[in-house]
Amino acid sequence: MEEGKRKPTLPPGAKRKPTLPPGAGKKKPTLPPGAGKKPKLPPGAGGDGAPAGLTRKDFETDQDVRWCPGCGDYAILATVQRLMPELGVPREKTVFISGIGCSSRFPYYMNTYGMHSIHGRAPTIATGLKASRPDLDVWIITGDGDSLSIGGNHLIHLLRRNVNVQLLLFNNQIYGLTKGQYSPTSERGKITKSTPYGSIDHPFNPVTLALGADATFVARTMDRDPKHMKEILREAHTHKGASFVEIYQNCNIFNDGAFFRYTEKDSKPDNAVFLQHEKPMVYANGTRGIKLDGYNLVSFELNENNTVDDCLVYDATSRELAGIAGRLFNKSDMPQPFGVFYQVERGTYDDLLTTQTEGIRAKMGKGDLTKLLNSGDTWVIEE
Amino acid sequence: MSTEAPSKPVETLPDATILFAGDSGDGMQLTGTQFTLATAYARNDLATLPDFPAEIRAPAGTTYGVSGFQLQFGSGVVRTPGDEVDLLVAMNPAALKVNLGRVKKGGTIVVNTDAFEKRNLELARMTANPLEDQTLDGYNVIEVKLTSLTREALKDSGLNQKEIDRSKNMLALGLSLWLYSRPIEPAEEWIARKFAKKPEVRDANLHVLRHGYYYGETTEEFVVRYDIQPAALRPGKYRAIRGVEALALGLVAAGQRSGLPLFYGSYPITPASDVLHELSRYRNFGIATFQAEDEIAAVGSAIGASFGGSLGITGTSGPGLALKGEAVGLAIMTELPLVVLNMQRGGPSTGLPTKTEQSDLLQAYYGRNGEAPCPIIAASTPGDCFESAYEACRIAVKYMTPVIYLADGYLANGSEPWPIPDPDKLNPFPVAFEKAPASEDEEAFLPYRRDEETLSRPWAKPGTVGREHRLGGLEKEHETGNVSYDPENHQFMTNLRAEKVQRVTQEIPPLEVHGDDNGDLLVVGWGSTRGAIEAAVDRANKKGLSVGSVHLRYVRPLPSDLAEVMGRFKRVLVPELNDGQLVRILRAEYVLPLLAYNKVKGLPFGPAELLAEFERLLTNG
Repeated sequence: MEEGKRKPTLPPGAKRKPTLPPGAGKKKPTLPPGAGKKPKLPPGAGGDGAPAGLTRKDFETDQDVRWCPGCGDYAILATVQRLMPELGVPREKTVFISGIGCSSRFPYYMNTYGMHSIHGRAPTIATGLKASRPDLDVWIITGDGDSLSIGGNHLIHLLRRNVNVQLLLFNNQIYGLTKGQYSPTSERGKITKSTPYGSIDHPFNPVTLALGADATFVARTMDRDPKHMKEILREAHTHKGASFVEIYQNCNIFNDGAFFRYTEKDSKPDNAVFLQHEKPMVYANGTRGIKLDGYNLVSFELNENNTVDDCLVYDATSRELAGIAGRLFNKSDMPQPFGVFYQVERGTYDDLLTTQTEGIRAKMGKGDLTKLLNSGDTWVIEE
Repeated sequence: MSTEAPSKPVETLPDATILFAGDSGDGMQLTGTQFTLATAYARNDLATLPDFPAEIRAPAGTTYGVSGFQLQFGSGVVRTPGDEVDLLVAMNPAALKVNLGRVKKGGTIVVNTDAFEKRNLELARMTANPLEDQTLDGYNVIEVKLTSLTREALKDSGLNQKEIDRSKNMLALGLSLWLYSRPIEPAEEWIARKFAKKPEVRDANLHVLRHGYYYGETTEEFVVRYDIQPAALRPGKYRAIRGVEALALGLVAAGQRSGLPLFYGSYPITPASDVLHELSRYRNFGIATFQAEDEIAAVGSAIGASFGGSLGITGTSGPGLALKGEAVGLAIMTELPLVVLNMQRGGPSTGLPTKTEQSDLLQAYYGRNGEAPCPIIAASTPGDCFESAYEACRIAVKYMTPVIYLADGYLANGSEPWPIPDPDKLNPFPVAFEKAPASEDEEAFLPYRRDEETLSRPWAKPGTVGREHRLGGLEKEHETGNVSYDPENHQFMTNLRAEKVQRVTQEIPPLEVHGDDNGDLLVVGWGSTRGAIEAAVDRANKKGLSVGSVHLRYVRPLPSDLAEVMGRFKRVLVPELNDGQLVRILRAEYVLPLLAYNKVKGLPFGPAELLAEFERLLTNG
């Protein structure tokens, strides 16, 4: 869909059926995971902290989950909690840092270390934490308002520094917690409480923004495909460096259906293409392919004359391809890519800092305070 | 060379104040620093005041491009860079125009006559040459062709004209060293080190320096030279130290004594950048320095580091403190240790970036949303920057709170002889991290359970098994640290956070009164005004006036004996380089009719103006 042409979405309270994201399953939305559970010492406490045998339950807290029933955040939380035991990182070594907004309540629901910080600043706190504690596994949870508006500066600097963290950007194209203003990813023309005549702002494309900041891992996934999400998050975790993962997340209260075109069973096949490294770009249940035409990607029908061999084999290590794929953004005649757009190795900030510090220590020796205080030009006044 | 018998008569003075002034490209800061070093070697007590424009290279010859370096040195206690200047070295007309008012009547002015030509006079907007009219009547003017002498001395050096002219400040330095019988060796050694890799530049500078020294001896312009006997400083080992150096060393000492890694997150800002420069040299002391993308990232990174078990420190100046306000509130709510250095400068907005002022006290007190108290510690002299920085770190950790540390441009750039402290004599700095539970039967971890003495909460760093917990900016439930919107809990926690800060009073040693212990007038000061206040009190006491002073290092909470001390005097005066900030706090706290004396000119107080105010109060009233 071309920019500005999308129909304004239904206002809050419109009669569209609230949709339950897959992760929420059949659970009643009023009963958050872990609700009513008594506080207890986690298993492994007092022991060696080995992650063996941890389950999803071990990563749930006793706090009531306070997202709206039907919110896409439930699916993301469930997916992360399912993924955690598989990553093999001890719970006490895991830290979730968030900013402000609906998504940023996330750390309260993860039974790890965590901090719900201030608006837009999670990357700064994570940078200080990871720089001083490279042994920790640090996840940043943020939203489109949090990290693309008030915290935009910190996001790009986290990415260029390549701090070894995972940043999950829950993009719902709306301000939810402040009750429904347009966000920096809202489409032009959007009718919201703060834009009753339609937004005139051009939206950010988070993927190309991250690429522009020289991120070393850039991916996009969606709340309504937990399987895909889990694999992308696993890859993000495996990647050494700042991993940027945009997650399309439905806000069923203020922006319901913003991504249905890409996420719903009937429209997803024709409108979403899943990027896989070294695999041909095929979509629409194998009926259509994508190839390069000059600097552009074009869609074509697969048949006897135009086969999978004609499709572009995606290369996630190509910055050029990532840029081109990233520009497939809200196009009416092209599907939108999901998956890993780009992944490349580059020294991480925390590694470089550690290496540099070790080098300085090796060269200068461990600091001696008395010697330092007595350095420079000194003189003695006798009794 | 300094062993040569002087052939000119030497007059011994108790103290002297010298001001080197020239274009910002003339190397006046360097000249002043080297003269200071020589003076420290001569065993005088001293205090310095660098005064330079915000522009790196303001247009040459203009009044706004004038850079100055003032120092006072003496055989007695020297508390300030001096009121009136005994010797002004003016490299050009603009430097003379800007600083003439600071020279005492009958004082000596050395001018570089080469610079007093049409173009420079025009640039300084002077209609007549002051060397040719009555402007300088009443001063002892010594005309020296600094530029020509330098060119002459270096004509065979092989250096180009620009390089040659650049070393004329060494001629001025050599001449000044001779005039005040300072040793030349420290400057020679410095030049040899500085230009070790450029022998031709090294030799040229050494040659010009010595040429200046000899010139004083041979020229007939000088009929006398001066000497200042060594000061009776307390026995011990000394070094000359700038405030910013002492501050950095105080932080290093805090890290070493506590065993905590330090994390310094900062964004370049005048006059705080030097702290970042200093600390980044001490990486082998377990200090990580991080130049953040902005002021907020700087404080955020420090909070993140503190969460991880380092001592997070951030440094800035007034505008940066304004930007950090919300994050400092986060540290107050999460009750994590954090030290926020604020090197105050003239405000508001960009204000006077290179000038000094004490106008951020109320910002430090109240500049955050909500009821958000935190301790405030202020340094009072360049050397005191060390201990006060150490204390700021110690309080931050012991009470699990942000501490705002106030210094200013005057302290940061000023220098004085510093008795080198014994690290073992600093206050003990124990740190207790929450340990993993001893057994599985232990009760659930309560991240907001309080220590009875300090009301601080436990510091459980990530990586500690069984202590997983979530912090955040939302109001915390007592003990559990869970999010709480309960009205009674919010009231309780607000009171508790205030009480925790109040408990810091137990760390404050009894106030020491300088001068008279009771009587007619008590002067209450804080921050960099200490030297001027105490010098003024000394002079007042000598004149038989009944005046004493106390100086606050702990500005929040206030010392518990301050009310009692104030009660011993008939009147209390609070001089500040702002529009009256501490005085407002004290009036509100003690409901006393306190007097204020305020100045915001970007310059420190001089003892003379304070003494005049004391006299005015005591004679008129």
